[in-house]
Amino acid sequence: MSQHDLVCTVNGKRRSARVAARTTLVDFLRDELRLTGTHVGCEHGVCGACSVLLDGAPVRACLLLAVQADGADIVTVEGLAPDAEGLSVLQDSFWELHALQCGYCTPGMLIAAQALLNANRAPTEHDIRDAIGGNLCRCTGYKQIVDAIALAAERLRGANLPQRGSDAG
Amino acid sequence: MKPVDFDYERPVSVDALCRRLAEAREDAKIIAGGQTLVPLLAMRLARPALLLDINRIAALDGIAAGDGFVAIRACTRQAAALAHETVRSRAKLLAKALKHVGHGQTRNRGTIGGSIANADPAAEIGLAALALDAALGVRSVRGERTIAIRDFFRGAMETALAPDECLVEMRLPVWRDNAVGTGFHEMSVRHSDFALAAAAVQLALDAGGVCRRIAISIGGAAATPLRMAEAEKRLVGTRLEERDIADAGALVRDAIAPLPDPHASALYRRRVAASLAERAIAEARDEARAA
Amino acid sequence: MPAEARAFRYIGKKRRPREDRRFLAGTGRFVADLAFDSMAHVALVASPYPNARIVRIDAGKALALPGVHAVVTGDELARATEPLMSGLDLPKVVRYPLAVERARYVGEWVVAVAADSRALAEDAAELVEVEYEALPHVIDPEAALLPDAPLVHPAHGSNLLYRRTFVWGPVEADFAACPHRVTYRARWHRSATVPVETFGVVARWDAASRLLDVWASIQMPKYADQLARALRLPGNAVRTHFDVDVGGSFGGKRGLKHSVLAGYLARRLGTPVRLVEDRLENLRGGDAHGPDRIFDVALAFDGDGVVKSMRMCALDDVGAHAGRAPFQLGKPVSAIVGPYRIASVEYEPISVVTNKTPEEAVRGFGQAPTNFAIETGMDLVARQLGIDRIELRRRNLIRRDQFPYQIPSGSTYDSGDYHAVLDKALAEADYPALVRRRDAARAKGGLAGIGIACCLEPSGGNSAFEPLLNPKNETTTWMESCQVKIDGSGAIVASMGTSSAGQGHETLLSTIVGETLERDPETVRVVRMDSLAALPSNSPVGSRMAIMLGAAASDAAQKLKRQMLAIAAHHFGVAAEALAYRGGDIEAAGEPARRLTWDQLVDIAHRKFHLLPPGMEPGLQALAVAEVPTGGALPTPDGRVQIYPCYAFEAHVVYAELDRITGQTRLLRYVCGHDCGVMINPDIVHGMTYGGIAHGIGAALYERFAYDANGQLVSGSFMDYLLPSSHEVPDITIVDHCTPSPLTRFGQKGSGEAGYLGAPAAVASAVNDALAPLGLHVATLPMTPASLGEVLARADEGEKK
Repeated sequence: MSQHDLVCTVNGKRRSARVAARTTLVDFLRDELRLTGTHVGCEHGVCGACSVLLDGAPVRACLLLAVQADGADIVTVEGLAPDAEGLSVLQDSFWELHALQCGYCTPGMLIAAQALLNANRAPTEHDIRDAIGGNLCRCTGYKQIVDAIALAAERLRGANLPQRGSDAG
Repeated sequence: MKPVDFDYERPVSVDALCRRLAEAREDAKIIAGGQTLVPLLAMRLARPALLLDINRIAALDGIAAGDGFVAIRACTRQAAALAHETVRSRAKLLAKALKHVGHGQTRNRGTIGGSIANADPAAEIGLAALALDAALGVRSVRGERTIAIRDFFRGAMETALAPDECLVEMRLPVWRDNAVGTGFHEMSVRHSDFALAAAAVQLALDAGGVCRRIAISIGGAAATPLRMAEAEKRLVGTRLEERDIADAGALVRDAIAPLPDPHASALYRRRVAASLAERAIAEARDEARAA
Repeated sequence: MPAEARAFRYIGKKRRPREDRRFLAGTGRFVADLAFDSMAHVALVASPYPNARIVRIDAGKALALPGVHAVVTGDELARATEPLMSGLDLPKVVRYPLAVERARYVGEWVVAVAADSRALAEDAAELVEVEYEALPHVIDPEAALLPDAPLVHPAHGSNLLYRRTFVWGPVEADFAACPHRVTYRARWHRSATVPVETFGVVARWDAASRLLDVWASIQMPKYADQLARALRLPGNAVRTHFDVDVGGSFGGKRGLKHSVLAGYLARRLGTPVRLVEDRLENLRGGDAHGPDRIFDVALAFDGDGVVKSMRMCALDDVGAHAGRAPFQLGKPVSAIVGPYRIASVEYEPISVVTNKTPEEAVRGFGQAPTNFAIETGMDLVARQLGIDRIELRRRNLIRRDQFPYQIPSGSTYDSGDYHAVLDKALAEADYPALVRRRDAARAKGGLAGIGIACCLEPSGGNSAFEPLLNPKNETTTWMESCQVKIDGSGAIVASMGTSSAGQGHETLLSTIVGETLERDPETVRVVRMDSLAALPSNSPVGSRMAIMLGAAASDAAQKLKRQMLAIAAHHFGVAAEALAYRGGDIEAAGEPARRLTWDQLVDIAHRKFHLLPPGMEPGLQALAVAEVPTGGALPTPDGRVQIYPCYAFEAHVVYAELDRITGQTRLLRYVCGHDCGVMINPDIVHGMTYGGIAHGIGAALYERFAYDANGQLVSGSFMDYLLPSSHEVPDITIVDHCTPSPLTRFGQKGSGEAGYLGAPAAVASAVNDALAPLGLHVATLPMTPASLGEVLARADEGEKK
């Protein structure tokens, strides 16, 4: 019925499209832009698997209509790495401490964690648990995720850096 | 869970919004933060023919400190309100309540006005607003009016708004007393869940530590948030000692007639509401004493 | 395999799991990520009644909507497909992907719509008109067994699917001889695995090759077989792609009805068809609920608290269809006495149907509820005699010198040292300090408790409970396979033939192949074969992959190693025993100058046939198929049989405080002592254990599929079905112990179900310890704030009177 123009920036690239009003942002990112890293878990705003950064703030992409993101700057998990080959400090810390298993909640977790680290250089365990409190994980019990975010914060502050060539990958 | 098809418009001003509301009436719904509406759309429980997106109306965003009040425009994000210096210093009770609203991610989109207009019996913002005797500015093509918050919540998810009216602003009176304290306690099953019960308290002590003024509101225990007039009366003029607070708790318990609920018995809900009220009163007292 | 732990090169060392990499970059490949040209999307029309006759279906308006390709009913499927298989012999309990003649639970799928998009399919689904005639329904499992109960499957004649009383040992005599007994009921309400990814499937039919390609979020043995059978296709006409990432499963992702439906539509429409459950469908109509149990238990014990005998009746409500769920009453037979020396057991499993969503496998396959029932009893024994709960357990635990230990139901526990693990957990938790903390909280008027649970995790996946509960099923083979090849360039490729849902199998496999061939696991490429190319696999269930894939991979790699030794022996003219294999190079023992490097061996094998020993095949590739250790036996007439081969053990110590008014439980300290033998990758094992504990906390305190008297599911979304978040799961400390299994290649036991099997018992124990000073006890899970608050409220009111 109702189609609308949409122009936004996604992971640094300008994207334009025509979308139905009822298409959510997460479906637009996944189906239209084929950025399938952001996942759908509940479609009613509870699980957080769909989290993205919208103008720098973490939001649930299943609770936004795509058309509402017109003019916005969006970052998805695909936009977190510094380049095509590498991983961000946060992503690498997740890998170092095995802060994921099935990988389904992981993009949302990374977004929530990245938003935290962007705002808070030295988060406490409580801060971390709070930041990911809206992202459900069924595999990990959260401990390795919390530890990985703390490790990333340390490394971003210049401490506890990985040794060269020590780990696989 | 995909919504039904609908038309979508972005009115550029409050006037334009009101005109469209008057034209479309029940077929249109306002979308602000969307944190409550979009799940309803996804579940097809909300089936509007037209969505009016108010997120770009500049006049609906912002916080201002006036003479004896704080004015919050309806489409102000909850996260912005929580972080705002004026709210933190002059509307502390609202700031405390906001910490419990959903989760950080939902507060980045959810709005103050959206929560008020939604009128969930357990909603924290409305509860704090009720304790603070907020005044709500409302507009339609027929003009503006102010609704006192005591008259605003009519039932669960039901307000005094006419179908063609929109919420424009919430004004929170600021108490001029010297020693003001606030307390907010809620009980939810998990950390970020909707509250089964919540208590919001603001009080003022005189120079001798006697309670001069107190507002107690309870949420989640009835179809709307409620002010606890009897408990308030009991506490005015006292030093808010343990026995005073316990009596007030008993009055709260007796004032509540919780709706039958498969999840939680009336006995339990009354006890929880009373206990939360007592905790919030104690917190407010301690804060006022330290002020 | 010697009992003492070996020194390993790669096994047991820290290693970043390789599969993590793709998920971190957002390049996982989940079912919903797959796009095919002209793909049709499916939405479902669900029954609003718990029990109803389907009178009429009118799809006219739906079909008229542009973009709608097909509308399918149960009648059509019943004509074109075979019913879904049931584990028990129940010919009159018939199930198709869509309801046929009757809808038997709220949410049961009645009509399927295929359209250009999911949104359009939902629009059309709303236009399908279904007329129902409501029938009486039954929700409560005990009511379902009453003579006048409404029948869920009238043709079956009752709501009873299975009932048998097993008597192992002199139960009556033991009860008579014991001076004490305790009798109790433990209730485990319905919860399930509920992964963050729902079940999804894409099916595509190639008419020219007569081949159905299937991509699914699947974790299920014999999936391709059963799918082919239901679709009336030969087994080699269905190709399941196991290189699809599965977003968590924990047992529940069997999705056979979804797959049959999608496969049928794919053939009918000639276009790829996608069915991805939305969350509402998943919770209500996805048929993946979990055990819903009433345990009635009696324990007979002496004055020291040593439990001699147990009577356990376990009533399980499987919902409206049979499926595999009844077997979840059989698997716990493998550890029916828990870690204790209980000498005789009477066990009466009862499986009933009601008008609720069907039950599917849940992590542990029935062991977690059973452990909860057993541990509830141990705490009650201690309470009755006034003995410390830990001391009570010490007196009852099987001792280290008693392994291998056979339990009354016929399973033998392979190895263990339960006292040592318990001691380690208590030491890590600083138990005396926890007691002081608890007592200090109590002195201030608070409710505080310490929970203790000692539980077993049977592992290895020998599903001898199938013939145990269904004598017509004589399956004794539970195998796993692996092919390893070293190609002409010397690169190693190892294959597996099943999907993974976060268990780190690629890392497991490459580590084991690397260990065996003494080559860096990072150089081992792992490929997942599809179901046509793959060797037999029984998929990751029953904590079996470390044991079984480990065995097959090790065996295949050993074959290659022996082959390379034979090449070198022939080359040097010596016996293979006179050679030393070092990191892939082979040298004559004591003569380092006489050696063949890895590359030279590869060169001979692939290109220098004239240098091969006579009779040896060229190339370097080997496959191995391993049967489960101790497998291959059928049950005795009195129902004794070895079920799972290996037994991991966990000892939980939990400290909790309860809010006296709100009934909220805060878990403030959590320690888990864990022994799963040799761990192939400690981070992976620990991760699954933390996750299992979190899941167990959910089952203990938050999660419940609740139904009202009208048969409506009141927890049908994530607003009511509450999964624990990072706020509800505390920091957890795991303390490892290792008693290697004598039955496996490296001493490993399985551990995919760890944590979940003991956490509910441990949390319940902590809550009850907190309630003990008030003389209260709760044996119903979940212990939600409202339920505990209610118990406390009534006790308070009672006191006031």
